[in-house]
Amino acid sequence: MDIKAVRQSFPILDQEVNGHPLVYLDSSATSQKPASVIEKLDEYYRGYNSNVHRGVHTLGTKATDEYEGAREKVRRFINANSTQEVIFTRGTTTAINTVASSYGRAELGEGDEIVITPMEHHSNIIPWQQVAKASGATLKYIPLQADGTIDLKDVEETVTDNTKIVAVMHVSNVLGTINPVKEIAEIAHRHQAVMLVDGAQSAPHLKVDVQDLDCDFYAFSGHKMCGPTGIGVLYGKRALLNDMEPFEFGGEMIDFVNLYDATWKELPWKFEGGTPIIGGAIGLGAAIDFINEIGLEEIEAHEHMLVDYAMNRMREIDGLTIYGPDERAGLVTFNLDDVHPHDVATVLDAEGIAVRAGHHCAQPLMRWLDVSATARASFYLYNTKEDIDRLVEGLQKTKEYFGDVF
Amino acid sequence: MSFNNLDTLYRQVIMDHYKNPRNRGTIEGDDHMSIDMNNPTCGDRIQLQLQVEDGLVKDAKFDGEGCSISMSSASMMTQAVKGMRIEDALSMSKLFSDMMQGKEIDEQEFDLGDIEALQGVSKFPARIKCATLAWKAMEKGVDEQGQS
Repeated sequence: MDIKAVRQSFPILDQEVNGHPLVYLDSSATSQKPASVIEKLDEYYRGYNSNVHRGVHTLGTKATDEYEGAREKVRRFINANSTQEVIFTRGTTTAINTVASSYGRAELGEGDEIVITPMEHHSNIIPWQQVAKASGATLKYIPLQADGTIDLKDVEETVTDNTKIVAVMHVSNVLGTINPVKEIAEIAHRHQAVMLVDGAQSAPHLKVDVQDLDCDFYAFSGHKMCGPTGIGVLYGKRALLNDMEPFEFGGEMIDFVNLYDATWKELPWKFEGGTPIIGGAIGLGAAIDFINEIGLEEIEAHEHMLVDYAMNRMREIDGLTIYGPDERAGLVTFNLDDVHPHDVATVLDAEGIAVRAGHHCAQPLMRWLDVSATARASFYLYNTKEDIDRLVEGLQKTKEYFGDVF
Repeated sequence: MSFNNLDTLYRQVIMDHYKNPRNRGTIEGDDHMSIDMNNPTCGDRIQLQLQVEDGLVKDAKFDGEGCSISMSSASMMTQAVKGMRIEDALSMSKLFSDMMQGKEIDEQEFDLGDIEALQGVSKFPARIKCATLAWKAMEKGVDEQGQS
C-alpha cells in the first residue's frame, strides 16, 4: 500500500489544527472521505439528481441505475447471495432497529430470550431492551473474560432452546476485541435462534463474507468506511426478510394501495419506505470502489502494523492503562493516570491530535471496566507510524502538563 | 494553539478546586433536595444536594465523576451559592451561562471570585457543557422545588 498516495486521496488530512498538522485518530467514530467519494456525490447532485424507481425521464433512469448499482457493489462487498438481501438504511442503528421491530417484536413472547454481551454499543442494547419490555422476553448477557474477550463456553451456557435472537458486535469499538461471530452463529443456530452481527466496526476494516459467517442479519454504516453519513446497510437472509413486516410505511415500499389496505413491494424495497437515501447509497458505492482498489487485506495488514506499534509505544508511558485484549482491531482505548480523558483529549487537541473521549456509547461496558470514561485512538488506512509518534509525544506532554498543575 | 493557550483553560485556581474540591460529599438528614444530572454525551455525572430554607440556600454539596472542568465548576458553584437567596443564585447561573457563551457580562452584578477563572472555557466550545453541568443541576433543583 502506497501510504503517501492513500493520504493524498483524503483532502481533509492536509490541514493544520491549532497550529499543528492534523493527526486524525478518531476513525472509529467516523472515517474521513476520499476525494473520489466527495466527487461522486458532487457528480450526482450536479449531474443527475432525480428520484428513483418512478417517472420515465433520463435523469431518473440514471439515478436508479446508480442507486441499484451501489446495491450490487454492497452485495459483492459482503458476499450476499442476492441484492434482495441488501437493504439501505440510515445506518447501523436503523438497521438493528429494523430487525428488533420487524422480527423481534413480531416473533418474541414471554419465556423467550434475547442474548447479547456487555461490550455492545448502545445501538445493540437498547433496541433489545425495548423488545424485551414490549414482548415479555428476557434479555441475557454472555459474560466477558477479564481481558474483554468472549469464551465460547460462556456462549454455550447462555444460549438455550428458549433463545430466539443472539446479537453480538463483530469488533468492539472500545476494546478492539474481534469476536468469534461465526462460532457464535453456529451455537445460536443449534438452538434455532437467529444471529445478528453488528458490523459497524468490522465492515470498514475486515473482509466480511456474510455467507461464510452464516449470520442471519448483518448491520453496518457507510460513514465509518469512507462513505457519507446517513447511509447504512441491513443484510438479512431472504427467507427471514420475506416473512418480516416492513419497518416504515409510506411511498416507495408499496405494491397496491386501497382505501383500507395495502400490499408491499418485493424485497429489498419493502423495507425502504419513502424516498431512499439516493446520494448516500451512490456515495457508499464509490467508497466500496475506493476500498476495493486498495484491498481490504492491505488495509487490515496496515492497521495491524499500526496497532502493534501503538500498543508497544504506549506501553512505554508510565501510568497509562490500556483496555482490552492484546490481539485486537485497529484501536487503543486508554486512560492516563488520574487525568480525566476529556482533559487528555483537550491537551491532545491543542497539539492537533483528534482522539475520542467519553463513554463511547457503551455505558454498560464502562461500568464493567469500572471507569466513568476513557480516551480512544483509532486508526484507519490513512494513519501512519508518525501519527502514533505524535500521539505518544502528546501523551507525554499531557503528563508533564498535568504533573505541573497538580 | 500552544500550551500557553491551554493555560487559559486550566488556570491554577481551577486545578486547585479539582484537586481539593469544596463541599464535596452529602448533606445529612432529609430536609434537602437531591438532583442527579449527567452529560449523556461524555459520561460526566453530578449528584447535587441543596438545603433551602426561607428562600435561602443554607447548604450545598455535590458528588460525582467528571473532568477537571466539570468538577471544579461544581466546587465553585456550591461555594458561591451557599448563603445566597434563590433568585440571586439563579441570576448568577444566568450570568455564568452568558460568560460561557462569550457574552459581555456585568461584573458589578456579582462578586464572581474563583468562578472568574472559568472564563477561559468559553474559548473551548467542546468543554462548555462540562462547566455548566453543576449550574444546570442547581437550576433544575430550584425549579422542581418551585413546582412542588
